[in-house]
Amino acid sequence: MTERRGRRTVTEETPDRSLRGEPEATGDEAAAEPSRLPVLKTYKLYVNGQFPRTESGRYDKLLDAQGRNLANVCRSSRKDFRDAVVAARAAQSGWAARSAYNRSQVLYRAGEMLEGRREQFVAELETQGMAREAAEAETLAAIDRWIYFAGWADKVQQVWSSVNPVASSHFNFSLIEPTGVVSVLAPEESGLLGLVSTLAPIVVSGNTCVALASSRFPLTAITLGEVLHASDFPPGVINLLTGRRSELVSHFASHLDVNAIVWCGEDAAESLRVQEESVRNIKRVVLRERIDWHGPHAESPYPILDTVEVKTTWHPVGS
Amino acid sequence: MPSISPAPQSPYDPWRSPPVDEVGVLDRVERLGKRSIKTESKLEALRMILSMLDLTTLEGADTPGRVRQLCAKARRLHEDPQLDLELPPVAAVCVYPSLVGVAKEALRGTPIQVASVATAFPSGQAPLEAKLADTRFAVEAGADEVDMVISRGRFLAGDFQGVFDEIVAIKEACRAAHLKVILETGELGPLDVVRRASDLAIAAGADFIKTSTGKIQPAATLPVTLVMLQAIRDHYHRTGLRVGMKPAGGISNTKTALRYLVLVRETLGQEWLTPDLFRFGASTLANDVLQQIVKQKTGVYQAAEYFSTG
Amino acid sequence: MPWTYSPAPESIDQGDLHQRYGLFVGGEWVEPRSGRWFDTIDPAREEKIAEVADAGEQDVDHAVRAARYAYERVWSRLPARERGKYLYRIARMIQERARELAVVESRDGGKPIRESRDVDVPLAAAHFFYYAGWADKLDYAFPGRRARPLGVAAQIIPWNFPLLMAAWKLAPALAAGNTAVLKPAETTPLTALLLAEILQEAELPPGVVNIITGGGETGSALARHPGVDKVAFTGSTEVGKLIQRALAGTRKRYTLELGGKAANIVCEDAALDQAVEGIVEGIFFNQGHVCCAGSRLLVQESIASELVRKLKARIETLIVGDPLDKNTDIGAINSEMQLRRIEEYLRIGAEEGCEIYQSSCALPERGYWCKPTLFLGASQSHRVVQEEIFGPVLAVQTFRTIDEAIARANNTPYGLSGGVWSDKGAKAFRVSSRLRAGVVWANTYNKFDPTSPFGGYKESGVGREGGLHGLEPYVALEPWVEIAAGARSAILAGGAP
Repeated sequence: MTERRGRRTVTEETPDRSLRGEPEATGDEAAAEPSRLPVLKTYKLYVNGQFPRTESGRYDKLLDAQGRNLANVCRSSRKDFRDAVVAARAAQSGWAARSAYNRSQVLYRAGEMLEGRREQFVAELETQGMAREAAEAETLAAIDRWIYFAGWADKVQQVWSSVNPVASSHFNFSLIEPTGVVSVLAPEESGLLGLVSTLAPIVVSGNTCVALASSRFPLTAITLGEVLHASDFPPGVINLLTGRRSELVSHFASHLDVNAIVWCGEDAAESLRVQEESVRNIKRVVLRERIDWHGPHAESPYPILDTVEVKTTWHPVGS
Repeated sequence: MPSISPAPQSPYDPWRSPPVDEVGVLDRVERLGKRSIKTESKLEALRMILSMLDLTTLEGADTPGRVRQLCAKARRLHEDPQLDLELPPVAAVCVYPSLVGVAKEALRGTPIQVASVATAFPSGQAPLEAKLADTRFAVEAGADEVDMVISRGRFLAGDFQGVFDEIVAIKEACRAAHLKVILETGELGPLDVVRRASDLAIAAGADFIKTSTGKIQPAATLPVTLVMLQAIRDHYHRTGLRVGMKPAGGISNTKTALRYLVLVRETLGQEWLTPDLFRFGASTLANDVLQQIVKQKTGVYQAAEYFSTG
Repeated sequence: MPWTYSPAPESIDQGDLHQRYGLFVGGEWVEPRSGRWFDTIDPAREEKIAEVADAGEQDVDHAVRAARYAYERVWSRLPARERGKYLYRIARMIQERARELAVVESRDGGKPIRESRDVDVPLAAAHFFYYAGWADKLDYAFPGRRARPLGVAAQIIPWNFPLLMAAWKLAPALAAGNTAVLKPAETTPLTALLLAEILQEAELPPGVVNIITGGGETGSALARHPGVDKVAFTGSTEVGKLIQRALAGTRKRYTLELGGKAANIVCEDAALDQAVEGIVEGIFFNQGHVCCAGSRLLVQESIASELVRKLKARIETLIVGDPLDKNTDIGAINSEMQLRRIEEYLRIGAEEGCEIYQSSCALPERGYWCKPTLFLGASQSHRVVQEEIFGPVLAVQTFRTIDEAIARANNTPYGLSGGVWSDKGAKAFRVSSRLRAGVVWANTYNKFDPTSPFGGYKESGVGREGGLHGLEPYVALEPWVEIAAGARSAILAGGAP
């Protein structure tokens, strides 16, 4: 008998312990190992399908509750952002030109990868200060959310495009098209579910994006980058930066080669700044405030519609 | 066998004809249909329509008597002792070849031309020899103008060269008579095909291109005419030569006729607004125009009983 | 002797106008509290037609309060079906008074009577008719969501399609259950004021629509008014940015329909004669005072000389003159200010080295006029190619490959519209999909319909007007699941509004 994909195959002869919540490693094995120095992970940025360090050479320490340094997190500069926008722009037309079916599969594949690294995400969220139970719930919801949006790729057009019964002899239809390059200020409080719920609806329609990760949960964002990298996402479709919001938010909003900005947050002053800077090129501004990422607003196709354009085409019907 | 010469001017290539977008043509026609023709402009146009008329009778039952009636009408369209109508002569009377002689006789002393249909009118389904004989007969009987039909069957079967050669041959047979080539657009289908047939007929030497025999519906329409006028205009720009246009069939009232004049004026310009380059093939249009002229002069709406039939 | 068309003027006694118009607030005509008035001018005759009120901040406040009151007390409580029936009434009354509206539109704005009669007024009626039917069907417009009105909509419209823009704005707003304060443009207020009369005749509840006249300051005060929930603006990108900035941090929803510099791409396989018509319609419709005008012609080099020859010949046939003459193709420039602006671009184009071709038509002595104009040999770097001129002026460029044409077409901060002419369907659809613009006319141009969404990419604006998509800017969407938690029994019992 085989369980759902993404889980290990379970046979009657070998009952699966992990499914019953038992530890996978036995105490004997742990005791047999001499104490070893853990290999620490260097968290870098995810830009254009690569993992560069910030060009600034600067970093911030991410401390745990006891004040120990968990990691040195890249403090991205505006140049890192600029480079990421270049990558996102370069990737956009190709990503949008892929068939919806293909985009759907690419997202689904990333979902498979997420599932495979489930434990890592839970552990990483815990490391960053989340309770085990919450971390588990967050991770599972994030995986399911990702799969949810994967399924929209080839449906959003069917539900929101239209053939318009104009009064003249023309075939007239309106299609959904991606807005282009989207900058994202990811939600602070939801390091994985919030991030996934923000990114997936942006890229599923064919946009590319540059996101600034939560400063509380930067590690999960970069690990998500590794997942995306291991999946079939073309380089540049999703770019993930870490760093200080205060240093970057203006650039995220003002950059003229960015077509839309999705801002998640609570700070009214920052929100105002985003809206004002966005005027430069009449950016589409999407404000997500106090979203319950487990709630019905988050799991709906409507966020997809926040970063699309409607294009209407007319063509004569005649001979 | 008559010698079949190749294209007199440029070699004809049916695939060089430009595409035509039907909806765009209909839009343009609708737009021009909204031109408002009032007062002096209208009176002038009405007289112009009369001068461009090919009064036509093409019935199996046509007799010499019937043709003489029509010619009499052509000579004396209408008279009103109280009014100075300043009516111009019509352009021509159009009949079958066998009645050309009768018409010629009845119109002697007038500037009115005699036009004859020919080439197995209206179907065109006859051997070339028969068509040539038909044409020669009409010309020898005194026809000033020959209205031939193209072989739609051959055209639709893709034998463009055959149709082209036939027109060239008939043109030779016409000698001094002017050749109007009837495309019978009601049998051709889409406007692209009308354009192709127009280009073909012009390249083969037509003096006029003409929409219809009047025996097939639809006969002349404004969209078809616009496309043919565009072919004439493009030919003029390429060669400097002016080809005439004749919509025929279905133009029975003044309002419609005015719309044709607008089409000509705005597509080809003033130069084409002459009987030498534009004709109406019609049987009942004349009296409607006459009624309108009298109404313009008197301000009183007219009735058919006061105007003689042809 | 050439055959010309005799003058065929539409009689103006149809539009029996008052000498003075106050503000339409709370269902009544009121004097402006500002105490200020201004003249509206017939641009074809440089004559004053009427005097209208110049609404000040107090007047704006009065109008917004009237709209709020009507929203809370009347309009939001009215069954949706009844809202729809009011809109149907309005549509019908516009049709009944079509001739009068057309004459006034042409007098006030200078557009040819043929256009106001055949395009502006019928489309305005059609917009009300179309959205009327949506009023009681909103539950089917947004899957999984219940649409709620936003409240009071502030609507600021331009001078190029005064009545039509009023309809574009009001119809969806009212259908969705909002009330509105509409501000027509300074130079063309009259048809909106006639519309106010129609709303009275239709017995629309007082305050549901308020119409206030004034200039930029009135518009600014209206957009900024804290009692407004939604701002809908059509106008220049420059002013659009001011509004977007003014609304930052306010939580007001907004839609912007702004400028454009659309490319009209003609491929070598196009039906040329129809393309010429489309080019003419694209740039000379409404004197080129059209945000989606095809103001850049991109023509494939292989057919450029033939197309330009045809275009020049066609331009010669355009009849320029009295907007009220039924045969006029190109009317008066809307205002002296706009004429100066266009003339400035004519100077710039010449300076930039474009060859200027103009129709040889004669222009009337009085009034504001501009001959239909081509800038030949224009380049992508020229200002006349980059900037919106908003006049009967077409910049002509050539291209070699379709990819080059698409790249040039998209090489602009604007993205409102575009055109492509090709006899090859596959190519037309490819170009359409690659143009970064909200409306693409393939083998046609400047067609409009109430069912057809309209609006821009990039700096041409935010949001869509028209069609199903044009409802969205006027509603707040709530998940049914949340509503169901509190109100399931009411809905099941059919008690929902």
